[in-house]
Amino acid sequence: MSATVRTRGSISRRLTLQLAVIAAFLALLSWGMVRSFSQQAAEQTQDNILAASATAIAEELRSEAGRIRLEIPYAAFSMLGAINEERVFYRVLSDGETLTGYDDLPVEQGARINGGVAFDTLSYRGDDVRVAMVQRTVFASERAVRVIVAVAQTRNAVDAISARISRAAALVSLAFFVLAAVLSFWAARVSLQPLTAITQIVSRRGASDLKPFETTAPQEIAPLLTALNRFMERLSSSLDRSEDFIAEAAHRVRTPLTTVRTQAEIALHSVTRSENKEILRRVIRAVDESSRSAGQLLDHAMVSFRTDKLTHSDVDLAELLGDVINTLRPTADMKDIRIRTELPSLWIKGDAILLQNALHNVLDNAIKYSPAESTITITLENRGAQAGIRVCDQGRGVDGADIATLTQRFRRGGNVGNVVGSGLGLTIANEVVHAHGGRLEMTGAQDGPGICVTLLLSLR
Amino acid sequence: MRFLLIEDNPELAESVVKRMGLDGHVIDHAASLDAARTCLQCAEYDLILLDVMLPDGDGRDFLAGHRIDRTTPVIVLTARSQVSDRVSTLDLGADDYITKPFDFSELEARIRAVLRRRGGAADNRITLGDVTLDLLAGTLHVADHALTLRNRELRLLEVLMRNAGQILSKAQLLDRLFSFDADITENAIEVYVARLRRRLEGGTPRIETVRGLGYRMTLP
Repeated sequence: MSATVRTRGSISRRLTLQLAVIAAFLALLSWGMVRSFSQQAAEQTQDNILAASATAIAEELRSEAGRIRLEIPYAAFSMLGAINEERVFYRVLSDGETLTGYDDLPVEQGARINGGVAFDTLSYRGDDVRVAMVQRTVFASERAVRVIVAVAQTRNAVDAISARISRAAALVSLAFFVLAAVLSFWAARVSLQPLTAITQIVSRRGASDLKPFETTAPQEIAPLLTALNRFMERLSSSLDRSEDFIAEAAHRVRTPLTTVRTQAEIALHSVTRSENKEILRRVIRAVDESSRSAGQLLDHAMVSFRTDKLTHSDVDLAELLGDVINTLRPTADMKDIRIRTELPSLWIKGDAILLQNALHNVLDNAIKYSPAESTITITLENRGAQAGIRVCDQGRGVDGADIATLTQRFRRGGNVGNVVGSGLGLTIANEVVHAHGGRLEMTGAQDGPGICVTLLLSLR
Repeated sequence: MRFLLIEDNPELAESVVKRMGLDGHVIDHAASLDAARTCLQCAEYDLILLDVMLPDGDGRDFLAGHRIDRTTPVIVLTARSQVSDRVSTLDLGADDYITKPFDFSELEARIRAVLRRRGGAADNRITLGDVTLDLLAGTLHVADHALTLRNRELRLLEVLMRNAGQILSKAQLLDRLFSFDADITENAIEVYVARLRRRLEGGTPRIETVRGLGYRMTLP
């Protein structure tokens, strides 16, 4: 009767995922930052060289015979060669006229470059170039001439370097992310370890073991365990109360019935008129009916309650059957019924008390409905995955009723005659067998009118 | 045989004493565990019938204590639920148990079964003429040969022999011998009497039919 809990999500998975998402975000952020820094650093380096080169050229400006002269120093370009494979362009303008160099190199002539070095990135001859511009004032022919020196260099190498650094940064970030994800998974597992441990302790418990858990637990889980312990305590005391109640109820019902039956039986032996005797016999039968019904009802309650907290211990079916047969043998003897047995040793896991009660009910039925001086055959056999206990009588059969009908509460066969019964015996047996993962079968006896009731119980 | 009945319900106790007396047994009745301990100190019993719920304690505690130093067989009388009591009483060392209210025929049958398992008691034979009936072994010795009787034959012969010389009606025999659960008629008595007559052939006692009244066992 255990309800299955629908699972939704997993704390471990959720925790791992959350930590991994955080790690991915941090990895992306760090990659972006490294990439931007490397780009800036590469550009800064190029700018410094371009500025140095332009300044070196500007330092060589002279005025000679009223004309501005310039001898471009070798060093100015050799330093640019430090960044290899780049094309270098230059242009020197004197009052807006190209003095030397590429006269199509666009140079900004605004006030921006006054005094210092100005930089610009522009497209020239199909490439992105970086330009450094320096302005000098040279005196020639008694007047100040504004000279602008512009040195440009393509940016391919800078882009390549920053791309290389960016790739390396991406790889490092990816590695960082993978490591962080693995660590997140491990961290999630480790954090949930106490919960897993407690789950194991709880599920290893036997169904009837309601002792409180005595284990240490982390601060977060301790309240759960405390609540569980309190619940078990309440359950345990409520179960104990039910058992006591059932036993007490049986006592309360049966004690007055005992008095009535006893008085009726004493009276039966002292009255002589046959009609009075008949009345007393009917009283006794009625008392027997009601005490039996009360007993079976309470047994049924006890059985239902025990199947809810089924214990699984090793049970020797042969020994158990032997006990049940011994208990009922005096009743069988009263009718001179022979009980023939074939009981090889066979063990199953189950609740011995419940199984005993089920077998008691089946055998009790067989004895009740068997004629005097007949034989009941009880065989125990291993049927592969199941243990089969077959009880065959030579009784009156069940008059067309089937096992499904007879295992319903208070249902009895159509031909029970005067036999006292409650209609709960097979119901109890059926419930016990079902609780043990088995079923009840009923077939006609091979010879004669009797029936065979077989209890099939799972061997695992 | 001598039995000790520990039972606080006076009506039940009275009827057990009466009924067992009919079978020739002597019953001492104790209404409490205290009284029972006194009885056990001054007499030897063949069997104890013990109620579970008594005014001065739980019969099962008494049983556990009793088992330590005694070998007298015990049958527990219980009005509680079978499932729970069966285990506790048998585990504590009771030889058998019977649920109240019980049928006297069943109680007798259980007493005999327990005594037979425990090796019997001293006076379990009835003799009439040259016929001896061994009640626990279920054997009948007629003159110089022995034969085994079926249970119902044995019970019927026991009642007839104990009441030798008296007329017993079929109804009386029916009430004494069979449980109220068994759907048995007075005709069955005739069948069993006929069988017993065959079994008794060769011996001196006879089962007479007293027309219209019943049966009587006599010695010629």
